[in-house]
Amino acid sequence: MLRIEGIGKHFGGVPALSDVTFRCREGWTTALIGPNGAGKSTLINCISGILAPDTGQIHLQGLRLDGLPAHRRPFLGVGRTFQNLALFPRLTVLENVLCGLTPQGEPSMLRSLLRLPATRHRERLLRLKALEMLDAFGLTDKSQWPVSILSYGDRKRVELARALVSEPRLLLLDEPVAGLNAEETARIGTEIRRLHGAGLTILLVEHDMDLVMSVSDHIVVLDSGRAIASGTPGQIRSDPRVIEAYLGRMSATA
Amino acid sequence: MTPRDKILYFLRLHRTGLTVWLLAGFLLAFPALAGNPYVLGISNLIAVYLIAVIGLNLFIGYAGQISLGHAAYVGLGAYGSALLTIHFDLNPWVAMAAVAAAVAFAAFLVAIPTLRLSGHYLAMATLGFNIVCHTVMTQWDQVTGGPSGLAGIPPLSLGGVSIDDEAKFHYLVWSFAIVVLTLGLNLARSSLGLALAAVAQNETAAESLGIQVGRAKTRVFVLSAVLASLSGSLFAHCFTFINPDSFTIFNSIELVTMVVIGGLGSIWGSLFGTTLIVLLPEFLHFFDAFRDIIHGLILVTVLILLPQGLVSGLRDLLRIKLLAGRNNA
Repeated sequence: MLRIEGIGKHFGGVPALSDVTFRCREGWTTALIGPNGAGKSTLINCISGILAPDTGQIHLQGLRLDGLPAHRRPFLGVGRTFQNLALFPRLTVLENVLCGLTPQGEPSMLRSLLRLPATRHRERLLRLKALEMLDAFGLTDKSQWPVSILSYGDRKRVELARALVSEPRLLLLDEPVAGLNAEETARIGTEIRRLHGAGLTILLVEHDMDLVMSVSDHIVVLDSGRAIASGTPGQIRSDPRVIEAYLGRMSATA
Repeated sequence: MTPRDKILYFLRLHRTGLTVWLLAGFLLAFPALAGNPYVLGISNLIAVYLIAVIGLNLFIGYAGQISLGHAAYVGLGAYGSALLTIHFDLNPWVAMAAVAAAVAFAAFLVAIPTLRLSGHYLAMATLGFNIVCHTVMTQWDQVTGGPSGLAGIPPLSLGGVSIDDEAKFHYLVWSFAIVVLTLGLNLARSSLGLALAAVAQNETAAESLGIQVGRAKTRVFVLSAVLASLSGSLFAHCFTFINPDSFTIFNSIELVTMVVIGGLGSIWGSLFGTTLIVLLPEFLHFFDAFRDIIHGLILVTVLILLPQGLVSGLRDLLRIKLLAGRNNA
């Protein structure tokens, strides 16, 4: 499904990723873990096109993604959420989710200006679709709220709804539960399992190990920009290199 | 649903369209109510400005960009129409369309390097373009008539009737203004309008949802320049005389003030902002000497107190208050 091959990325002279290679299998939830600064978000940004890798290739179902502009990738089925939320604060919940439907139809300027019946009909359909998605997330009551007045947990779910409404084939989740309380975390966990059950391919970056261990089929560990281990949750838990990456340095500085 | 509910539902569903019709009806009767060419002259000026202000609001208010040089495009429209009709005897309507097309192309060329910039840099670049245009209008005497400008611009005519008095002009410019207002409202409510708002609020997120940020900005910039050009052409035919003083950077800032007072991203707000700024000198007679200072003061005050602009700022506050109230109940 998704093939990451030899991805390298430098910021100035600092290597953020070097020669990272792994695969996400279709229908699997693959987790990407590692200490802070390991390059997890950088990799997500390379896949979604916000950053261009210096070396290596990214393939999605045989299509080469690297080199394509970021705005083309949603059309190929790549959806994502952001680590620190990237909602449109002054738009309503519904409008935010509607923005996620961009791949369902590019509006032409002339048609938008004239607001012909066909255009209106199409926009009504998009609206219905967005409302259905809000319903699935229990956000119907708040559809007309500007997102700036929502709780953090609600905002995270709006962002997830926005990423899912265009029915992506690959969903990139960058720390979906960072900053959430236990209850909200469990809610997102349930959501991820539901999507997994529906056959969506997910690449999850997360620090919450309980969540990672409970939802992932496969885990890739990054440390200082390198993929140091990969395997099932059980294998990763007992891998000495992983334990060292997480704990070793702490004992070295202690 | 009871008949009363049905009526209320109809009103709610079609509130935008009905308001436009209401405004159109009022404007149809306005010359009879005003009865005085001076008042009509002022209202015509509002319409002429409004056409440019709505375009600028799409660019500033919806797409979240800044232009301190839109008077340049108004000027290009005015000078283009004047030159083509005076020197080449071109039909004013043909001239207006040709100039608008040329301005669209010019704006497209300007947009390629300029719209890569943002914030202060974009403000400076657009300001610079205005200064260049103004300098050309002032210095290129043989063509533009220099500082004294161009006179004897022929009036527009429609079906053999020459549009040469305030009342006839009223119907012409307000027809244009209503059409532009409707187009603006349509665009604002479309998914393209939403995409523009998304670009304004988070370019990275917009891009990763599939919105072509650069293209969206360019398109709305070209649209706003075309509307500015139309406004300029109407201005030229209305006054039959133009000079560079109407197209300086201070005029650009006046246009921005109209947008900001009305509210960023509110088409109806543009109508309010334009009306207020055009009417202000009529009520404050010391205004002329301090014009730019007062505009600056209004601009800064509104931006500090209600960064979204007066009308949309108040609207947003009210909306949040209402939602909070409903939530507590």
